[in-house]
Amino acid sequence: MIAVIDYKAGNLTSVVKALRFLGADDIVVTQKPEDVLRADKVVLPGVGHFQATQLLEDLALTQAVREIAAKGTPFLGICVGLQWLYEGSTEAPNTLGLGHFAGQCERFPATYEGAELKSPHVGWNSLEDVRADSRLLKGVTPGSFVYYTHSWRAPLSADTAASTMYGGAFTGAVERDNVMGVQFHPEKSAETGLQVLKNFLEL
Amino acid sequence: MLTKRIIACLDVRGGRVVKGIQFVDIIDAGDPAELAHRHAAAGADEIVLLDITATHEGRGTLLETVKRTASQLFVPFTVGGGIRSAEDAAAVFDAGADKVSINSSAVSRPELIGEIGSSFGAQAVIVAIDARRAAGSADPVRDAEVYVSGGRKPTGLRVVDWAREAEARGAGEILLTSMDSDGMRNGFDCELTRAVSEAVQIPVIASGGAGSAAHFAEVFLAGKADAALAASIFHFGVTDSRALKAEVARAGVPMRLPC
Repeated sequence: MIAVIDYKAGNLTSVVKALRFLGADDIVVTQKPEDVLRADKVVLPGVGHFQATQLLEDLALTQAVREIAAKGTPFLGICVGLQWLYEGSTEAPNTLGLGHFAGQCERFPATYEGAELKSPHVGWNSLEDVRADSRLLKGVTPGSFVYYTHSWRAPLSADTAASTMYGGAFTGAVERDNVMGVQFHPEKSAETGLQVLKNFLEL
Repeated sequence: MLTKRIIACLDVRGGRVVKGIQFVDIIDAGDPAELAHRHAAAGADEIVLLDITATHEGRGTLLETVKRTASQLFVPFTVGGGIRSAEDAAAVFDAGADKVSINSSAVSRPELIGEIGSSFGAQAVIVAIDARRAAGSADPVRDAEVYVSGGRKPTGLRVVDWAREAEARGAGEILLTSMDSDGMRNGFDCELTRAVSEAVQIPVIASGGAGSAAHFAEVFLAGKADAALAASIFHFGVTDSRALKAEVARAGVPMRLPC
């Protein structure tokens, strides 16, 4: 069973639809820690404000995710779901992230190399420096395009599985063992996105 | 590198894609779900479905059409037309849209922008602006005016001011249609697009006037558009996005290729 966590941060329809299209038929959209704990795989989608992740703590989902992360259940965070895996975000300084990955998410700078930088970063951008050992990005070649829409971004680290350039490089995908995240929207990224979700389902 | 987007627009009436010629003859151009998939497969970066039925009875048909179109579409999908409340928007999202486009309803009640954004995120709200240059003004671009009700009613609002307000209220993108250029196939209104693009931080989608690949290159380079939308040039196989994008890329615009 795949648990898709619903924490009232945007629209889950597209993510669930893409998973079903790829053959996942046992999907539970849930807010219950017990569903997360018994799931074979867990997906945390989410768009919008980092503040929304406060609900994860309030519903005791944070602790459940900590437990499944430790026991090896594959976990995929999408967009804000990726950001939540870090220590926090300047978007909501009083809301803690999971802290699974080191660093804070920060807003795109207003200017970069002397030129104005539009924010949010919306559209198709390429994945670079794809880590060869990434299980999530298996078969995804560097330069493949994926769809982004966000104003905050996660820093680069040793866990970065692929980076994207916009106002400097940021983490497009992150992966350490069973815990993974993508800043882009795989459910909206055509063939490349479906490949990423398929890789996750096949873990 | 962030690429510029080519967006295919489907005008839908009563569950069918239609194409108007000089606003008089409406030609049936096919099934929305089928055309959306064909466009996505041919390299369109996004799909926009605009419901031009805009009658109460038509809403059920629209939601059914959205659902059918979205079911196997894995690129961003926007739906516009007749969305007057956060509930209307919620129904469209539930049917599978990723973004909604609101126009007249945002002008008459600007709070709607924030209401939809607070539940679904700012990225899900596109404010569409139908604009006409101010013919009598010393600066017809700066004074270009917002029209509503399918371009029939002038509002007295300046386009640039309204775009800024929409951004401040939480719009994720602006879809700017030049009524002067629309349907003419003589190119986008690059000056107006540039004025709006420079006035806001959020992405601006240019619409109205596409007739050739050169027009797209122009609106990206001179008009500073982040995306460009076209409807009729994609129907009936006049051109497909992949060929269009290859040509726009040759003009020096970053495009998602191969796609």
